[in-house]
Amino acid sequence: MFNRRLFSYARSQRVLFFLTIAFAFLGALTILAQAWLLSAVIARAFLGGEKLDALWSPLALLLVVVFLRALFHSANEFTASALAIHLKQNLRQLILERVLARGPAFTRGERTGELTNTAVNGVEALDAYFSQYLPQLFIASLVPLVIFFVVAPLDWVSALILILTAPLIPFFMILIGNAAEGLTRRQFGRMSALSGHLLDALQGLTTLKLLNQSRAFAASIQRASDEYARATLAVLRVAFLSAFVLELLATISVALVAVGIGLRVLYFQMEFQPALFVLILAPEFYMPLRALGQRFHAAASGAAVANRLAEILDAPLPITHSPNHRSAKFPETIKFHNIAFSYPDARAALRDISFEIRAGKTVALFGASGAGKSTLVNLLLRFDEPTRGEILLDGMPLRELDADAWRAHIAYVPQAPHLFHDTLAENIRFARPDATQIEIERAARAAKLHEWIVTLPQGYATSIGENGARLSGGQAQRLALARAFLKDAPLLILDEPTSNVDPELEAQLRDATARLMRGRTTLLIAHRLATLYRADEIIVIENGRVVQRGTHDTLLARQGAYRALALAGAGYA
Amino acid sequence: MREFARLARFAAASKWWIVLAVLLGAGTVGAGIGLLAASAYLISAAALHPSIAELSLAIVGVRFFGIARAGLRYLERLAAHTVSLRLLTALRVWFYNALEPLVPARVQQFQSGDMLTRAVADIDTLQDFYVRVLAPPLVAFVIALGMGAFLWQYDARLAFVLWGAWLVAGIGLPSFVQRAARSATQKWITERATMHAQLVDAIQGAADITAFGQGENVKTRARETSAAYASAQMRLAQINALQAGASNLFTNLTLLAILVVGISAASAGGFHAVYLATIALATIAAFEAVTPLPQAAQAFENARAAGKRLFEIVDTHRIEIERVDERAHAHARAHARAHGAMLLDVCELNFAYAPHHANALDGISFSLARGKKIALVGASGAGKSTLVHLLARFWEYDAGEIYLEGKSLRECSADAVRENIAVISQQTYLFNASVRDNLRLAKPNATDEEIVCAAQRAQIHAFVEQLPNGYDTNIGERGAALSGGERQRLGIARALLRDTPLLILDEPTANLDAHTERAILGELFEAAQDGALLLLTHRLVGLERMDEILVLEQGRVVERGAHAQLLAQRGVYARMWALQNQALRKNFNFRVQSFGGGEDAFNESTARVSVLCALERQPN
Repeated sequence: MFNRRLFSYARSQRVLFFLTIAFAFLGALTILAQAWLLSAVIARAFLGGEKLDALWSPLALLLVVVFLRALFHSANEFTASALAIHLKQNLRQLILERVLARGPAFTRGERTGELTNTAVNGVEALDAYFSQYLPQLFIASLVPLVIFFVVAPLDWVSALILILTAPLIPFFMILIGNAAEGLTRRQFGRMSALSGHLLDALQGLTTLKLLNQSRAFAASIQRASDEYARATLAVLRVAFLSAFVLELLATISVALVAVGIGLRVLYFQMEFQPALFVLILAPEFYMPLRALGQRFHAAASGAAVANRLAEILDAPLPITHSPNHRSAKFPETIKFHNIAFSYPDARAALRDISFEIRAGKTVALFGASGAGKSTLVNLLLRFDEPTRGEILLDGMPLRELDADAWRAHIAYVPQAPHLFHDTLAENIRFARPDATQIEIERAARAAKLHEWIVTLPQGYATSIGENGARLSGGQAQRLALARAFLKDAPLLILDEPTSNVDPELEAQLRDATARLMRGRTTLLIAHRLATLYRADEIIVIENGRVVQRGTHDTLLARQGAYRALALAGAGYA
Repeated sequence: MREFARLARFAAASKWWIVLAVLLGAGTVGAGIGLLAASAYLISAAALHPSIAELSLAIVGVRFFGIARAGLRYLERLAAHTVSLRLLTALRVWFYNALEPLVPARVQQFQSGDMLTRAVADIDTLQDFYVRVLAPPLVAFVIALGMGAFLWQYDARLAFVLWGAWLVAGIGLPSFVQRAARSATQKWITERATMHAQLVDAIQGAADITAFGQGENVKTRARETSAAYASAQMRLAQINALQAGASNLFTNLTLLAILVVGISAASAGGFHAVYLATIALATIAAFEAVTPLPQAAQAFENARAAGKRLFEIVDTHRIEIERVDERAHAHARAHARAHGAMLLDVCELNFAYAPHHANALDGISFSLARGKKIALVGASGAGKSTLVHLLARFWEYDAGEIYLEGKSLRECSADAVRENIAVISQQTYLFNASVRDNLRLAKPNATDEEIVCAAQRAQIHAFVEQLPNGYDTNIGERGAALSGGERQRLGIARALLRDTPLLILDEPTANLDAHTERAILGELFEAAQDGALLLLTHRLVGLERMDEILVLEQGRVVERGAHAQLLAQRGVYARMWALQNQALRKNFNFRVQSFGGGEDAFNESTARVSVLCALERQPN
């Protein structure tokens, strides 16, 4: 279980890595010294019949060795932890840089959860790999070798037993480990399924109650747990056999060594002191190998994380920087020209879309969810590049522009804005980090958020998030508007939320949105007639194609998707 | 310590398994001690060159302990995991049963959040309560007794040295380190939370960050927090390294002390010096029982915290609210008699979520007969959901009465009440199971035909049929594989399957687009043809088909009547209607004028209905 990728990470901290192994090696030397002194003191007291007074000098030496041993042990632990801490820190930064460089096209959808999990828990899971497993891998091959060379001249039979059984331990470990790993993984899957089952029941408890099934469900919990316990024990009976074999190998070898040297001492083939020395060392010989076995789990989970890291770190970066064309001024027309877009799995999201937004005008995209509206917005924001066709800014292709420079022209109001774990003020300031408090309040006022914020005990300093205030959908939406007000960019991209809010609140949102749109070029994804009827042009999209276009009035006069919705929303069936 | 006592009570149910596991654990360590002690004795005795026969017992002992240790370890692990699994089952069933009566009234705030996810993770942590927390000190205790007895036969002082050393190494050192590490641990936890939040923000907010060009700022800040976190980790690593060193030092110092005492006792003639090596090596082997104790202290802290969180959820909400207003009771009974047995009769209903809180419902009255439809409209927070909670017997009402078929809800068991109502809400929960199992929950003995029939009525049958495994398709966590509309239709099928006399629709179409909203409401009105229907909504859609509409504001009925009546009253309802339909006003203005409505917005709204009717009837 040697992972090339993880080892190459570890090499970036070679000083700490070297120190970790060096301290372990020095520790092994103190173990040898301690065993030698111990056997010497006992031999002199036992066979030499020496009293305590005569033994003070080896005992004092033993005391020094004991202190050194503790020192090296401590130093080894510390450098191993430090190694892991530095590596984890680097990895986190690397992941973050990669994720941000690859942009929203990479993070959106279901991957968010997985990515977060890798960056947070995955990296943390590597701690055991770096601090325990990887150094142990070297120590386990180094220390037994040193012990072997010390023991061999004293008693070659014991040395032979040790060196012959030693490879058996990793051999069995890998052999059984591989089999057990599959079992363990399946077991782990069952375990999370079981936890999922309980969570599911708890989250759905209200529903269960309404269906009058909540009490009956307790039996189902009991049954699932019992089944899990039975299946688990069956697996463990097999899985623990591996530990049994390893333990047996180590103890039997010690027993073999002990009986062997005992008989050699009996028949005058060996002195008592070296015999005791070998006996004390025998368990120490197997210790690093067994420690390695116990950390096998760390190795397995480390390798799993390494695979997920590869996905994030190895994929090529999109090219969004082009220093040649820094866009200086905002274009008169933004033209979508024969745009087509397909997902990586070749599903077509957009086919042959063409339309144009003139400076100062408002174009609204309208259609069912999944029709392709958000994809168009992603293309304009350069989160994605079109598969075919081109977005032209006054005739110049958008893809030749530096992405960041282009985005500086855009204020984006997403349907579900991300709220950062920070204060309200910082969440608004996010749109323009150099904004003053006055500018922030002005933006909040324009977005009709100020009145609510000042009712909070801590006002703008209220933090949002787990322990702070929770914002309702409407408030989050207004915060996004405040960001857009603060950014004050010439192009506004507005993705209207689909969820229904109270008519009163809706009216407030509508006013704020209307103010924001004033004087700006706007691309809207709209669901409400209230917003739609203000657009200069409405583009109706179905299955990635433009099916209708016109103004609210002209579209309402014609049969079609738009009219159907208009009438439904008006309270008429 | 209170948490510990309560957790120990769960363990007590498996006490014989625990006794067995502890004995096997002690046996494993004991076999290790035996192996080294017998080996040391064998060599020492051999050095005196007796006949081989005198060594045979020692040789058998060495071989026996060598084999026994592995076997005991195997059995110990099986027994220990049996305890874990029994603990897990007990904890899961206990937590579910404890939470069941509290949901949703007492634990409303836990429903959505990460609280439950954490509770389940806590239960998973606690299954190791025996293996990590209970077992190490228990095994250490048994070994301390055994080793003490073993050493005592040579010299009592040896036993005292060992016990003293173990008290320090097993209890003193871990608790000292725990205290020393407390502030560092606290800082570590805080820094970790900050860093995690920031990482999560950066990944989940990647679109916003990129769109606003804030990538560099985010990276710089992340670097700073990551560094702060790393330095907190380093501080802990220092403490842990010191502890590891101290523990190692202490082990070997104990060995030295035993050796010094042993040599002086042996040379004073207390026992034969042939046992010196045996004593020394047994002491080394016995430390296996003490080394896991610092980790056990750590695990104890974790288990205590996990237990505390679970007990908090269950305890703080175990308050029964039962207040009966006798006067209102009598009044309500009279009211019911006067009205005859309606299906549902709500009289002068009052309710507050907590004493001294404003009333969430304030004197609500209405009667619903079979075949009728009533709507309660109002902004969120007006009290609509509260009414559903009371009708479903999640809470006890304070004053007034609710009668179901003439019988007071107070006199009915919650189960009996819920037999009669089906609720369709926006929070309809779908379980991570097949479509069929999700539907069958509503009626466990339903036949396949009944399930298909309900699905057909909810117009989801065709969709289910085209799924890869039809009705046996798993719909994922919270129905993740489905769209909002499909989820809602499944919820509706589930409600229809129950075939109850009263159908309650609590914002049934929130988060749906206008098309789907229309379609689903139409289906539901059809479905409730024979029974009665109660619609709670803030969307003024389809209300012209209601027999009566109650407009709620802050728990009070401010207007009531049919749709056309309410529009004509020009009150709250008409204003809500106008706001909702503002967009169309401009468009239809010219037609409104021709109906003689003038500039008046409210007239305009009223007129617009007729306009639209007329518009639709025109042949195209």
